[in-house]
Amino acid sequence: MSILIDEKTQVLVQGITGRDGAFHARAMTADGTKVVAGVTPGKAGEKLDAIPVYSTVKEAMAQHRIDATVIFVPAKFSSAAVREAADAGVPLIICITEGVPVLEMIHNYSYVQERGLRLIGPNCPGLISPGKCKIGIMPARIHKPGGIGVISRSGTLTYEVVYNLTMAGMGQSTCVGIGGDPVIGSNFIDMLKLFEADPDTTGVVVIGEIGGEDEEAAAEYIRDHMSKPVAAFISGRSAPPGKRMGHAGAIISGGKGTSEAKVKAFHEAGVPVANKPDEIPGILTDLLQAT
Amino acid sequence: MVTTAEQAEVAAKNIGGTVVIKAQVLVGGRGKAGGVKIAKTPEEAGERAAEILALTIKELPVEKLLVAPAADIKQEFYLGLALDRNTKGVLLMVSKAGGVDIEELAVSSPEQILKLAIDPVKGIQDTELRQTLSAVFETPKLLEQAHDTVTKLYRLFVEKDCSLVEINPYGLVENETLVALDAKVNFDDNALYKHPDIESLKNLEEYSADEIEANKHGLSFVSLDGEIGCIVNGAGLAMATLDIIKLYGGSPANFLDVGGSSNPEKVLNALSIILGNPNCKAVLINIFGGITRCDDIAKGILMAMDQIDIKLPLVIRLIGTNDKEGRKLLTDRGLEVAESLSEAVEKVVSVA
Repeated sequence: MSILIDEKTQVLVQGITGRDGAFHARAMTADGTKVVAGVTPGKAGEKLDAIPVYSTVKEAMAQHRIDATVIFVPAKFSSAAVREAADAGVPLIICITEGVPVLEMIHNYSYVQERGLRLIGPNCPGLISPGKCKIGIMPARIHKPGGIGVISRSGTLTYEVVYNLTMAGMGQSTCVGIGGDPVIGSNFIDMLKLFEADPDTTGVVVIGEIGGEDEEAAAEYIRDHMSKPVAAFISGRSAPPGKRMGHAGAIISGGKGTSEAKVKAFHEAGVPVANKPDEIPGILTDLLQAT
Repeated sequence: MVTTAEQAEVAAKNIGGTVVIKAQVLVGGRGKAGGVKIAKTPEEAGERAAEILALTIKELPVEKLLVAPAADIKQEFYLGLALDRNTKGVLLMVSKAGGVDIEELAVSSPEQILKLAIDPVKGIQDTELRQTLSAVFETPKLLEQAHDTVTKLYRLFVEKDCSLVEINPYGLVENETLVALDAKVNFDDNALYKHPDIESLKNLEEYSADEIEANKHGLSFVSLDGEIGCIVNGAGLAMATLDIIKLYGGSPANFLDVGGSSNPEKVLNALSIILGNPNCKAVLINIFGGITRCDDIAKGILMAMDQIDIKLPLVIRLIGTNDKEGRKLLTDRGLEVAESLSEAVEKVVSVA
């Protein structure tokens, strides 16, 4: 098993005729994902290879069973795309787009929540259950099916960690990039719950970064509710305070959200924190042997 | 607004009476750093101005001063609205104990700062707002003024996509009148495209020349004081790369995220900015391709090699989407490409 997506998941791509949408619709298909339809306003009736294109999510839903949608539209239009998917009732909405205004995201979040749906992102690489389904932009071939769940606020750093796991022979059940923005659809705890309940996940890696207090909350949740071993990594440990390093989320302020506070929270919860991504497989191996 | 001690003296003379001199720097905590001083006479104003102009506050040299009539402040309140990622809303913060110590107060006596979570989907609930404010602003006249101010600040917050709007101190002067004595507003960069009026206020003085140049080319860049220039894709991996450089005993010269969907031009621009830094002794390019394609990066590196005379050692680590194509482009030109990050960092630290 895996969480959220598997070999049966049927995927819609919003923004399928754009440069990134088209590239990754093809890449996802090549990696075995069932991309059954795409949406680009005004392009109904066209096709991307064998994938039919519709003008709206609703039209696509009328013709196909859609389990998840992935959004590749530019930031200016991505909130409208999220709401359109929510209105159509797509159960899992993944927003890859970077640069969505935070206040818009707050509204998007409520919109999706009120309809009982799940949003992942924005500003995220998506998710993958290796060998079964990939919805996102990660390079599939660095992954390997197995028992480790990966949750991360970063994109490329997740690949780094996954690559090291795979090189060490540790496959993954599902890897989820939850996104680096201040307001995101799903957080660490949402994913930890799913991994704890997934019989095929044996251990979890949490990849955090400076800014916000989600890692601290995750540490507390792990201490109180997780029976499976968890290892952590925090990026930004050498970042000078007050300097912004790219992610809207990666701002250190008011003594909270510092790397020290996060590392301390994990240690207090009994979660080991790796100094480098290539230490993670060894840490997990030790934890798994101890259980 | 003045830029010299002499001008400050003249301004104080024109205003007459006691004046306040305030450093104009775009950071918080300037009062604490000695950037705000009172002067009773024009001569004293000149002396205080000279002292403040000699200061560097949080790495920013003080180049401008504001000279204003000193208000007779009976009490300093605090009013703030900030984006709160935990409640996914806007947090109103009010306190009777405003002024320069508000940040310490937030840590030492958080109970002295009253908070109200506002859900932007529903907007301000007026009854709740009045209830919160009345605990701090105890007379009807003060309450009405504070209520009016907060309502307007909230409108500003939402209409202009702010991440912080703060009045501190919110001073009580004579006749039970509340006055905004200082204010700070931060905006959401992601929403700036909606607000050209705000975008045009961007003060480039707070950025280094490198940062301005990088910004022009759509690169996320922060100057640091070390020797190893870095080009990485993705903020998380970029931060982790800097962490690992430090772990191996090196020191990064910059943070640079080339972003996703990178085109070769971006790499060329990134390299020319980094190579322009005289402190830089070696460059590490660390790319883990996802939405970024390694062949695009490789093309950018080759473009840079053709256009700039690169004298510093380049250590390149390329993996992920289209990495075979990218690696081939580089090895065909005699460049070495590493696969593991630790190996690449170890190498760049040894050659820097």
